[in-house]
Amino acid sequence: MKVTLSILRFDPEKDEKPYRKEYTIEAEPTDRILDCLDKVKWEQDGSLSYRRSCSHGICGSDAMMINGKNQLACQVLVKDFKKKYIRIDPLPALPIIKDLIVDMDSFFDKYEIVKPYLINKQQPPQKERFQSPEDRALIDESVNCILCGACSASCPSLWTNENYIGPAALLKAYRFIFDSRDEAANERLDIIDTPDGLWRCHTIFNCVEVCPKEINITWHLSQLKMKCLEREF
Amino acid sequence: MIHQYDLVIVGAGLAGLRAAVETSNHAKVAVISKVFPTRSHSGAAQGGIAAALGNEEPDCIEWHIFDTVKGSDYLGDQDAIEMMIKEAPEVIYELEHMGVPFSRTKEGKIAQRQFGGHTKEVVDEKGNKKRVPVLRACYSADRTGHVILHTLYEQCVKNNVKFFSEFFITSLILENNICRGVIAINLKDTSIHIFHAKAVLFATGGYGRAYRVTSNAYANSGDGVAIAFRAGIPLEDMEFVQFHPTGLYPLGILVTEGARGEGGYLLNNNRERFMKNYAPTVMELAPRDMVTRSIQTEINEGRGINGKDYVHLDLTHLGREKLKERLPEITGFAKTYAGIDPAVEPIPILPTAHYSMGGIPTDLYGNVLANEKGKIIQGFFAAGECACISVHGANRLGTNSLLDAVVHGRRAGKTILKFLAEADFSPLPTDSGESDKEYINHLFSGTGTENADVIRKILKSEMTNKCGVFRNETDLKAALETVRTLKERFKNVNLSFKGKVFNTELMEIIETGNLLEFSEVIILGALERKECRGAHWRTDYEKRDDVNWLKHTFAFKTDKGIKLKYKPVTILNYQPQERKY
Repeated sequence: MKVTLSILRFDPEKDEKPYRKEYTIEAEPTDRILDCLDKVKWEQDGSLSYRRSCSHGICGSDAMMINGKNQLACQVLVKDFKKKYIRIDPLPALPIIKDLIVDMDSFFDKYEIVKPYLINKQQPPQKERFQSPEDRALIDESVNCILCGACSASCPSLWTNENYIGPAALLKAYRFIFDSRDEAANERLDIIDTPDGLWRCHTIFNCVEVCPKEINITWHLSQLKMKCLEREF
Repeated sequence: MIHQYDLVIVGAGLAGLRAAVETSNHAKVAVISKVFPTRSHSGAAQGGIAAALGNEEPDCIEWHIFDTVKGSDYLGDQDAIEMMIKEAPEVIYELEHMGVPFSRTKEGKIAQRQFGGHTKEVVDEKGNKKRVPVLRACYSADRTGHVILHTLYEQCVKNNVKFFSEFFITSLILENNICRGVIAINLKDTSIHIFHAKAVLFATGGYGRAYRVTSNAYANSGDGVAIAFRAGIPLEDMEFVQFHPTGLYPLGILVTEGARGEGGYLLNNNRERFMKNYAPTVMELAPRDMVTRSIQTEINEGRGINGKDYVHLDLTHLGREKLKERLPEITGFAKTYAGIDPAVEPIPILPTAHYSMGGIPTDLYGNVLANEKGKIIQGFFAAGECACISVHGANRLGTNSLLDAVVHGRRAGKTILKFLAEADFSPLPTDSGESDKEYINHLFSGTGTENADVIRKILKSEMTNKCGVFRNETDLKAALETVRTLKERFKNVNLSFKGKVFNTELMEIIETGNLLEFSEVIILGALERKECRGAHWRTDYEKRDDVNWLKHTFAFKTDKGIKLKYKPVTILNYQPQERKY
């Protein structure tokens, strides 16, 4: 079947501002949007740039806005769309470097702020540290994050305040604060218990709606909020 | 631009990051990666990482060593295998201490599951010893690679490791047998960077992208392997390419062996568990090469589902709860890509190019070998899938690859720290980077007419069809001819986009050149190896030939084409036996 992609294009070497360009390709219903982009690039226009690697939703490279929703291009198929006219934009609220490639430096800088690594100053045992299946279950969803950026780029609180640390970094903070093996919960809570930290989350749930790994991010953030309140009282 | 580091690591998967963790507190280290580190393909590994921890049932190191030797079809070097397996428990505990969120047993220990070819010894009711599947694969649901990759990256953040992400290497600086650094392109602006280093570690991963049906990422174009080969370094055992039995039809996306480890069945069109005809004692948990051949045989003999080229992986009897707890990721894939709910319907699967047993030859400590006699290149190291030590021989067991990457990344790190204590910077040749610049300028100013995508597609089809699960002389000769023709055509390749910012067409062209470079080595090795061993199966030679072929292939690039030499296998405790399961 014929599918038309309307893609936002921008090349800083020659364009003053982004513009849209349409490409019509022949695709199968089971083709991924990523396959469609490949067809455009290989058969029609080698200048199109986008990131991709694993092609099945685990590396997190190809998050972009597809028909107005942040998604992984490798995780949505042509048959998922009724109209075969599909709009493709880079992730919003991040600077465009070229075409669908955005500058994710600010996203990763925020990730680093929450001390995204296990902190445990005790001498480790000879074997593994024990963790009950119940304790492990607390971090079950949060360890699935692939750092694709779909959530943070969908968050209106972040659109209006670039200092907001954003859902992805907060989820990472949760992943360690609720890990029974970690000892730095308070240190991390100090970092996020601020107006531009956790409290900038206004439970809009956009992040939950777009997360390609189906993580209920807002729920995790609410657990962090309760943890902060527990500390105060 | 010239950068100077004690150690430059190329590749940010498990091997590269583990080496970075080992070295970064003691030396000035940079990691170069063509993708952001957490995008590396180690993250796609699902089922587990092997170690005889005995957390779920009694297990021992000796059994793991024997299984690996037997799994390798006796081509694995037994000194290397022994060393890796003995270190396995220690490296797993280290990973846990770093924060890897393994799934847990009721007692809170690291949980373990069954995997193909991993066995324990039991005595049956008649008093005969036999080997049956054992719970040895340490796992985190079906996202084991993902959680280890992220944990190692987190440790690198903690250690302030310097990353050059979206830098793409084009060549190795090697003169008089001393490695002096690498040349890389910054994809953001196509600028050329010279990395001057005392030591270089290649951890560049595998090369499954040479095949049409593959579980591998776009990034797995074997760049490190091709670049080393061009620099005059031999490649070892390249003909041994693993085809994973269960790729999701038709794309070949990996469906973990853990699905069979948890009890999944393989069914043909007659709804028969056909593995009983091929590996009666371990059934679906035979090693990958055997299961793959069994599936391909069923398909070739017309017992694929509705006569098509796939069979079924049936998980319906495991129940929704178990799928959700143990296999959530593949349950999601099946829904997304095949529109199938594995709790009620079987999953269509076919063999898919998955893992490279061969690669850049190294000694036990990660030093890259200059020849089959054991001479080493000074300052050049390799670890992980791009390297060949050889611990996997002719066929790797599932969950031994993550182990290989972590053990050897760590060990190469230790070797390099010792090396750095005495090493100094060797001077850069005055023309460093010149040929890379010339080539890129040639592409930018060129008037080529060949389309890299067309060349790549022909290559991938040819590799899957003629250098795949079953091979024979006629096909291999034809494939060799095709690749040589494609290499000629590639000289006239066209770069249509001349921009400098994220010119991913340029990257794809260079990757295509790399695919062509080592594909010829794979085919030639396969053509010359006149026997069946592990993943290399010749229909014109029926069986393994230990008299003539119990040896490693070493391929050299010479002015007169590729030259093959051979190196004996290291045998310690286990003499080759017939391989039955």
